[in-house]
Amino acid sequence: MAAINRDDVAHLAQLAHIEMSAEELDRMAGELAVIVDSVKSVSEAAGDDVPATSHPIPLTNVFREDVVGHTFTAEQSLSGAPDAYEGRFKVPAILDED
Amino acid sequence: MTENNELIRLSAAALAEKLAAREITAVEVTQAYLDRIAAVDGKVHAFLHVNADEALAVAAEVDAIRAAGGAAAEELHVLAGVPIAVKDLIVTIGQPTTAGSKILEGWHSPYDATVVERLRAAKMPILGKTNLDEFAMGSSTEHSAYGPTHNPWDLDRIPGGSGGGSAAAVAAFEAPLALGTDTGGSIRQPGAVTGTVGVKPTYGGVSRYGAIAMASSLDQIGPVSRTVLDSALLHQVIGGHDPRDSTSLPDPLEDLVAAARTGNVEGMKIGIIKELHGEGYQAGVENRFNESLELLKGAGAEIVEVSCPNFKYALGAYYLIMPSEASSNLAKFDGVRYGLRVLPEQGPLTIERVMGATRAAGFGDEVKRRIILGTYALSAGYYDAYYGSAQKVRTLIQRDFDAAFEKADVLISPTAPTTAFKLGEKLNDPLAMYLNDVATIPANMAGVPGLSLPGGLADEDGLPVGIQLLAPARQDARLYRVGAVLESLLEAQWGGPLLDKAPSLTDSAVSSHGGSH
Repeated sequence: MAAINRDDVAHLAQLAHIEMSAEELDRMAGELAVIVDSVKSVSEAAGDDVPATSHPIPLTNVFREDVVGHTFTAEQSLSGAPDAYEGRFKVPAILDED
Repeated sequence: MTENNELIRLSAAALAEKLAAREITAVEVTQAYLDRIAAVDGKVHAFLHVNADEALAVAAEVDAIRAAGGAAAEELHVLAGVPIAVKDLIVTIGQPTTAGSKILEGWHSPYDATVVERLRAAKMPILGKTNLDEFAMGSSTEHSAYGPTHNPWDLDRIPGGSGGGSAAAVAAFEAPLALGTDTGGSIRQPGAVTGTVGVKPTYGGVSRYGAIAMASSLDQIGPVSRTVLDSALLHQVIGGHDPRDSTSLPDPLEDLVAAARTGNVEGMKIGIIKELHGEGYQAGVENRFNESLELLKGAGAEIVEVSCPNFKYALGAYYLIMPSEASSNLAKFDGVRYGLRVLPEQGPLTIERVMGATRAAGFGDEVKRRIILGTYALSAGYYDAYYGSAQKVRTLIQRDFDAAFEKADVLISPTAPTTAFKLGEKLNDPLAMYLNDVATIPANMAGVPGLSLPGGLADEDGLPVGIQLLAPARQDARLYRVGAVLESLLEAQWGGPLLDKAPSLTDSAVSSHGGSH
C-alpha cells in the first residue's frame, strides 16, 4: 500500500475544504504516515470470501407513514446561519469571476 | 459535612426514593448540585454550560406536583426531580451545543435530541452541558476547543475521553447522572479512569437522533453514573425505539432495573478474552482485573477463557472506518447553515474559499487529522484496500464475538490498558492516544453492549481501574445483572463506594490523589 506524502495531504486537504499552512502540511504528513503505516495490516486480515459489514445490526426497509411530520419554520432553520437574507441562507459567490 | 454534601453523595436511586417519600425536595437536590458545581468546577472544568434557571424551574415543577398529590403525582417518573448533565455533543433547546468545537461556538439547536426529550418527559432537571474532545474525537478531553477537563482523582491527569466531562462531573459529585456517547469507548474509558460506571448500549438500543454524528455506524448514546443500578435506571429512561432514527431497534426494552436489582451470577459462564489482557496492560490494572475474576468465581460464576484472534485488527480497522464516516459527517460544517463563517484574508470571495478558511479556523488538529485520513481512505484507488478491508474485519470481529458467546454468557476484560495518564503526556503522539481504546473498540465494531465499572485502585499509582463487561447484542440486561453483583462484592471489600477514597476537592490543600476521608 502506498505511503502518504505531503503532496497527498495537500490534495486531500483541498478535497476536504480545509486550508492548510505549509507547516501544517508538513506536520500532518508526518503524523498521517505513522497512522497509515499502523493500519496497513487491515488489508491483509480478510480474504475475498469474507463479506463486508457496513452496519453492526442491519435493519431493512425502515419506512414511516407517508404523512407530513414535524418541520422547522424558516426562522428556526435560519436561526444559526452566519448570514441570511429575506428568509434564505445567504452565501458568497458560488463561481469565481474567471 | 453539611447536609448538602450528604445530598450530593447519594445515588440517583436513593435520591429518587427520598424524593418520592418527600423527605427532600427536587429544588434542594438541584441547588445542592449547582452549589457543588460552583465550588469545584473551576478546578475540574467538567461543564461548558450551566443551566441553573431551567434546572431549578423543572425541579420546582416536580416539587409542586408532588405537593399537590393525586394522579399527577403518582404518574411522575421514578427519576423525576433527579438532576442530570448532558454531554455537549447532544443537542438541547435553550442551551448552546458546541460539540467541543470552535466551529459551533454559541450555536443553539432549534430542536431537542430524542434522549433529551425523554429526560424532559421524565422531568429530570438538566444541570448543563459537559466537556468533550472536539466532536468526540479523543481519549482525554484535551482536544476540546474550550480546554481540558481534569480528573477529580488527580487534577493533573486526564479524565478520559471523549466523554471526560460527563465522567468527571459524576465522579466529582457535580451530577448524579450524565449522558455520554460512545463511538470507540468514549463512555467506558472515561468511566474506567474516573472510578465511575458507564454503559454503551447495543447499537440501535438508544436513539441517536440529535447526537451530532461522528461515525454513524459506531456512535451510541448511553448512561454515565456512580452505580450500576443508576445506569440501569437512566438507560430505561432513554432507551427504546425511536422512529426518527432509522437504525433504532424496534425491540421492546428489557427490564434493566430488575436485572440490576436481582443480580446473581450463579452458574453463569464468564469469558476472559485472551487478547484483551496481559501484555501491554499495566500491572495494577491486571491485578485488579484478576481479583474481580476471583470474586465472580466465589459468587458461583464459571470463568472460561475465550479467544478472539481478529481483535488484533480492530484498532486498525476502527481508524479507517471511523475517520471515513467522520469525514463525510463533518462535511456539513461549511459556514453556510450554522456555526462559524470565516472569510479568506485575501483573494476572491467564493463559497469554496470561505469553506476552506472556515474549516481551517473552526476545526482543531485532531478533527483535521481524522477528516484527512477519512478522505484518504475513501478516495478512488484506496477504497477497497482501506475502507473495504476494514468492513471485512468488522465481519471477522462479529464472528469472533459469536464464537465467544457460544462459550460464555458474558465476556470480561480491563476497560483500558492503563490508569489515567498525565495531561499533555500523549497529546503529541496520536497513535499512543489511540491505543487507549484497544479494549473498548471491538464492541462498537460489532454493535454489542458494554459496561465499565470501577474495579479498585492500581497499586503503583492509587488511581482507578475499570472492569469491562460485554454481552451479546440485545442482551444489555446481562451487563447489569453481572455488574451489580461484582459492584456489591467489591464494595463489601472496600467498605463502601470507591469514590469515598477520592479527594474532596474542597479542602484547602488538595492531595494529588488517593486521600481518604
